[in-house]
Amino acid sequence: MSCCAPGAEMTLDLADATSVLPSSQEIRLASRSIGDNLCQTDLSVPTVHCAACIQTIETALGRLDRVENARVNLSTKRVSVQWRGEEAPPFFATLGRLGYQAHLFDPETGKEDKTLSELIRAVAVAGFAAGNIMLLSVSVWSGAEGATRDLFHWVSALIAVPALAFAGGIYFRSAWNALRHGRMNMDVPIAVGVSLAYAMSLYETINHGDHAYFDASVSLLFFLLIGRTLDHVMRERARTAVNGLSRLAARGAVVLRGNGVRDYLPVGEIEPGMELHIAAGERIPVDGNILSGISDLDCSLVSGESKPRTVGAGVQVQAGTLNLTGPLTMKATAAAKDSFLAEMVRLMEAAEGGRSQYRRIADRVSALYAPVVHLAALLTFLGWMIASGDWHLAMTIAIAVLIITCPCALGLAVPIVQVVAARRLFEAGVMVKDGSAMERLAAIDTVLFDKTGTLTLGQPRLINGPSIDPAMLAIAADMAAHSRHPFSKAIAGFAGSTSRPGLHSVSEHPGFGMEAVTEGNTWRLGRRGWAGWKARTGGEGKRGGHGGTVLSKNGMIVATFAFEDTARADARATVEQLQDAGMSVQMLSGDTANACRDVAGTLGIEDFVPALLPSGKVEWIEALSREGHKVLMVGDGLNDTPALGAAHVSMAPATAADVGRNAADFVFLRESLLAVPLALDVSRKAGRLIRQNIAIAIVYNAFAVPIAISGHVTPLIAAIAMSASSMLVIGNAMRLQGFTKTPSPERASRDRRGRPGMSVQHP
Amino acid sequence: MRTLIYLIPVALFLGALGLGGFLWALKSGQYEDLDGAAERILIDGDEPPK
Repeated sequence: MSCCAPGAEMTLDLADATSVLPSSQEIRLASRSIGDNLCQTDLSVPTVHCAACIQTIETALGRLDRVENARVNLSTKRVSVQWRGEEAPPFFATLGRLGYQAHLFDPETGKEDKTLSELIRAVAVAGFAAGNIMLLSVSVWSGAEGATRDLFHWVSALIAVPALAFAGGIYFRSAWNALRHGRMNMDVPIAVGVSLAYAMSLYETINHGDHAYFDASVSLLFFLLIGRTLDHVMRERARTAVNGLSRLAARGAVVLRGNGVRDYLPVGEIEPGMELHIAAGERIPVDGNILSGISDLDCSLVSGESKPRTVGAGVQVQAGTLNLTGPLTMKATAAAKDSFLAEMVRLMEAAEGGRSQYRRIADRVSALYAPVVHLAALLTFLGWMIASGDWHLAMTIAIAVLIITCPCALGLAVPIVQVVAARRLFEAGVMVKDGSAMERLAAIDTVLFDKTGTLTLGQPRLINGPSIDPAMLAIAADMAAHSRHPFSKAIAGFAGSTSRPGLHSVSEHPGFGMEAVTEGNTWRLGRRGWAGWKARTGGEGKRGGHGGTVLSKNGMIVATFAFEDTARADARATVEQLQDAGMSVQMLSGDTANACRDVAGTLGIEDFVPALLPSGKVEWIEALSREGHKVLMVGDGLNDTPALGAAHVSMAPATAADVGRNAADFVFLRESLLAVPLALDVSRKAGRLIRQNIAIAIVYNAFAVPIAISGHVTPLIAAIAMSASSMLVIGNAMRLQGFTKTPSPERASRDRRGRPGMSVQHP
Repeated sequence: MRTLIYLIPVALFLGALGLGGFLWALKSGQYEDLDGAAERILIDGDEPPK
């Protein structure tokens, strides 16, 4: 294997081994037909890292039957496979054998990519035009006269037309949109300035004048488009990374028809009354009642309960819970659109208040800036009109004022800082969905955490391992390795499976535990009452933990296991750092008061609210907002989704439910909760830099505007002044890289890993 | 003046050639996987890429 199978940079620290490999039907559902009987499936493979990975994956997949072509995209960490036939080839098993964890990726709509390529094309065209016009302008500034100058102006005018139409279209459309809705944004003064500069220069050119601002109007667009494109690329990268996470909601389910036929239907087509078969490891797709089968359900994502719930016939189950141990047959009682998940989405949409009311700093500034600038230009025109009576002169100077104040630096001031900040966070594994999120995060004063899955990992950990007889522990671990139950995984994870021979016929009894036979002995690992059927129940004074999980030999208890929900790495440090930063930290949970008190105690959180329903969390946040607090919500479950929407700004771990991940402004990929104070810190610094940048832009105007009003601005001065202020603003933004950057260990180790790959060339 | 008559079109043509080249490269997907392209050079395949 190569340098980099497991544990690479973008992998989740918490491998979600509970999920089963997607069935062939599910793969088919997630692929799209590309004609000629070919299907294309996109897989997200977060651990591809180098040339060796690319080659291994492409060769292995290419060798499979019916696979036409497999292509790895290293930038997006995806593999697209083209295959023919009805049944999907076994991609997942193949990748799994190579040590790569993969998950299905929904076919892209391709809409976002179009925006990006439109932006890049606009940058290219604007850059071409700006370069050539600048070339001609330099000749004019250095003294071209008469017919030559006219020729240069005419050529510039001709180049500028397509550039403005093509590259400027983005700004004109956005400005028009804003004006039509009675709003003001930064694009309005840009659009006005650019088009007036062009119109005046054209008039000058026709009348053989000496000042034309074609270079200013086009290079302005070029600079601004660069800022806008970088901003888009950053958000796109975050979006791709979040989309690449494994999908947690069910994509479809096996429907049992009356005549014994099994159909795999997409979730949207499941109707109430249908009978569904849910295999162990699958998520429940819609609300329903269990008809037969016994199993344990992991409800942590839905209700915030940390302990799995044992369910049997007649029990009502909610969409989104994970079936852990045994197969179930259930009857759907609601369609997907009426299920728990859809209900959460509706609650979230209803709650979305604080966020939609937020206005970006840039928009707030431009709402003040544009009227001032346009008024100044108008007054200049009137003043010169009265003073000289020459309307052409007055017009020229007024437009020069508009050009010099055209918010080039201001338009870059905000996005460039946010791009640098987002990049900083990206390196630390925090994805930022959009720039306004950072502005909002900088303003918060209260942090609310969900408990299960956010402050804790939502996975139990064996706490009395050292006190258990190692031989017993080894047997328990070997049995546990066959199960998906969180307790089993905790035991197996603690001891490390050795899979020694000797264990025969390991079987799982859903709701009870595991049974195995060795040389005439029957071992059971599971509930105390079931495993220790010969022992008198009741403790021998040992720690019961979660209801008492025991290992028994022929009915006699030989070991007791105690579990505890693990706190996320650095949770306590995170809480302390946030409190130091002046935040009030609270915990909201759907779990019981006792469970909450333990966790809150360990982490040093003073306020917690237990047993909250999803709507309760929203009400809590709304109450805080009414008191004037700005709330950051950090949560992962389906039940947190409405709260994520209601909060001023929200964060979710990568293990969160799909809707939650999509609703949150920030998604952090690594296990450590320190991502929260880091994001807060970077956002605050970015906020400070943004204000500095805006101040720089305003100071620049304070110097430039008097020169322009007094009529001393020439195209040369305009070009120098505008480029200089843009450089200053960009340079200031780059400081963010400097003063927050500490070489993170992950990055350093990745660089080291990169080297051996390079040395292939120079042995 | 006369030199300008053909020098300007030549300059613009060359510039446009560069722009056209860039747009073509963009359209043909050469910018879709920059990291991958950098790594693929290390794979010594005997067969030409599909």
